[in-house]
Amino acid sequence: MKISAVPYVALKALRRNTMRTLLTALGIIIGVGAVITMVGLGQGAGAEVEEQVNRLGQNVILVFPGERQLGGVSIGGGSANTLTVEDAIALREEIPEVVAASPEVRSQRVLVYGNRNWATPVYGQSHDYLQIRDWPIEDGRMFTEEEVGRAALVTVIGQTVVQELFEGSDPIGETVRVRGLPLEVIGVLAPKGMSLMGSVQDDLAIVPYTTGFQRISGRSHAMVLNVQVYNEESMDIARAKITDLLRERHRLAPNQDNDFTIQTQEEVAQVATETSRVMTWLLASIASIALFVGGIGIMNVMLVSVTERTREVGLRLAVGAKGPDVLLQFLIEAVILCLLGGLGGILVGVVATEVIASYAGWPALFSVEAMVVAVGVSAAVGVFFGFYPAWKASRLDPIIALRRE
Amino acid sequence: MDVLELKGIERTYRTGAVEVKALRGVDLTVGEAEFLAIMGPSGSGKSTLMNILGCLDSPTAGQYLLNGQDVATLNRGQLARIRNETLGFVFQAFHLLPRTTASENVELPLLYRDEQLSWKEIRDRAREALGIVGLGDRLDHTPTELSGGQKQRVAIARALVTKPRVLLADEPTGNLDTRTSLEIIELIQRLNDEGLTILMVTHEPEIARFAERVVILRDGLIRSDRRRTPLRAADSLADWSEESEDAMDEALGDRMETETTPPLEVGR
Repeated sequence: MKISAVPYVALKALRRNTMRTLLTALGIIIGVGAVITMVGLGQGAGAEVEEQVNRLGQNVILVFPGERQLGGVSIGGGSANTLTVEDAIALREEIPEVVAASPEVRSQRVLVYGNRNWATPVYGQSHDYLQIRDWPIEDGRMFTEEEVGRAALVTVIGQTVVQELFEGSDPIGETVRVRGLPLEVIGVLAPKGMSLMGSVQDDLAIVPYTTGFQRISGRSHAMVLNVQVYNEESMDIARAKITDLLRERHRLAPNQDNDFTIQTQEEVAQVATETSRVMTWLLASIASIALFVGGIGIMNVMLVSVTERTREVGLRLAVGAKGPDVLLQFLIEAVILCLLGGLGGILVGVVATEVIASYAGWPALFSVEAMVVAVGVSAAVGVFFGFYPAWKASRLDPIIALRRE
Repeated sequence: MDVLELKGIERTYRTGAVEVKALRGVDLTVGEAEFLAIMGPSGSGKSTLMNILGCLDSPTAGQYLLNGQDVATLNRGQLARIRNETLGFVFQAFHLLPRTTASENVELPLLYRDEQLSWKEIRDRAREALGIVGLGDRLDHTPTELSGGQKQRVAIARALVTKPRVLLADEPTGNLDTRTSLEIIELIQRLNDEGLTILMVTHEPEIARFAERVVILRDGLIRSDRRRTPLRAADSLADWSEESEDAMDEALGDRMETETTPPLEVGR
């Protein structure tokens, strides 16, 4: 058979029943569209997560008190009292790779300004905390090391607090009260948006840890030590050195377990991206069910079509078509249907992803791979589900087929 | 040289335990450019014989030589090739593809050619074949836009487009009225005059009168095989239209328009 005649004959046959062709392709359009959308959304969510992890800061190591499970299960807590302010100072001064270390204490407190009040987490941190978090000051300034040293009554507040307490008026130089302590507002943080857990990161107040520990939280031990390392290559060395130093400082015998846990930003990121990867797969597998159902639709229509076109097949066989020619024709018809559906599905998927992503507020990501795979899969669906009807057609007896009314 | 030669052809159908002998030893020799009509009542084996002649079915016993070649030695692919290149089929029910233009219907057998013809050549040959049957101006008409006679002409063009040696026509006039039947027979006679061998199954004696040789089958055997001088369809058409035109003129006044058969344009 003439090779270029194969797609020609198949296209002619599809065009003879445009409505049915479109409806059949619709199943594949929906299937492929769903896969593209789900994968696009999953990847977009993954990218968003990654970006948020990066917003934690550059080359950050978190030291938690007590032995904890890895995998970021218990981020809160901090029940064990093993980390001290002195530990943080020692890390900063004795380990050359550590450029900043901030002992953190956190407690939920009510801030009062005039006749307004607002409950917010108050953080005790060192002067270099914002550097660790890579968090710029929008207005005013961060407190200094000297102010930390003398436990100055100053605070730097987040955007949410500004809105809630000051309703947009300039807070710099104003005084807010926490547990009766007057704190002068010296700085406002730049907005940071949502955290990984979905909480608003801008709802906070930061005070020198010297003020925060005893006078505001009533605690003597750090909940977390935020540590920044010089560069990415030094992370592993720094981690080892931190472990050694803390073990030494806590006088742990070699057979004793660590009484603290070290987590790098990368590990936090891994957990988060793993989660979004699992979600992507889950969504994609749900979507592929739609594709599979679309494929069954193709098979159904092709079977009906073969039955309906028995006489046509008989005629083709009579005028010299060979079994494989007929098989190929029906197979190519199914594949063209699926490819049509695949292309339509990509279009639908791209549009749907854009729309959903714009509502969800995270980037829509399309990988060329996902589209190539989608088209490839739809062609494979065509071959897979088209083969049986095509084979049936090619096995028809022309004598019986021609007599069929 | 003989085009077709059947020797002791038998065909037995088996449905469960019952055996039906559709053909019980048919001997038949058909020479170059013969016009042969096969007649017989239902169940006489006409269709079975036609299927075997058309290489759509194989005999249970006997030998079938087509162009001197024993068909029994050929595989499915080679049989398909013979159907494509040596034989042309015309059916009672036309079997045109719906929603497909006349010229695309005629192109069909050429698409299944083993040699790769160019698209231009395929188009040209389809146009040429439609010209031969007098439908050169209906290339882009779909079957629903054609009359019964025109549909059968397209089907004949489809059979001719491969330039076959033998035309197998199974009740070609069975679905047509008398006048259109005469026109189709006139076309077939012209093709026969050009040297095409024609085997036509019919149950109408009036149609069989236009063949130069009539074979009558009964119960799977040839009961009669006679030659005679055939009637010319062109003459009958001329007579027929004179008679009917007079009658029609009276009934309809001068609204009657006679559809005339165009002259044979392409030499073969």
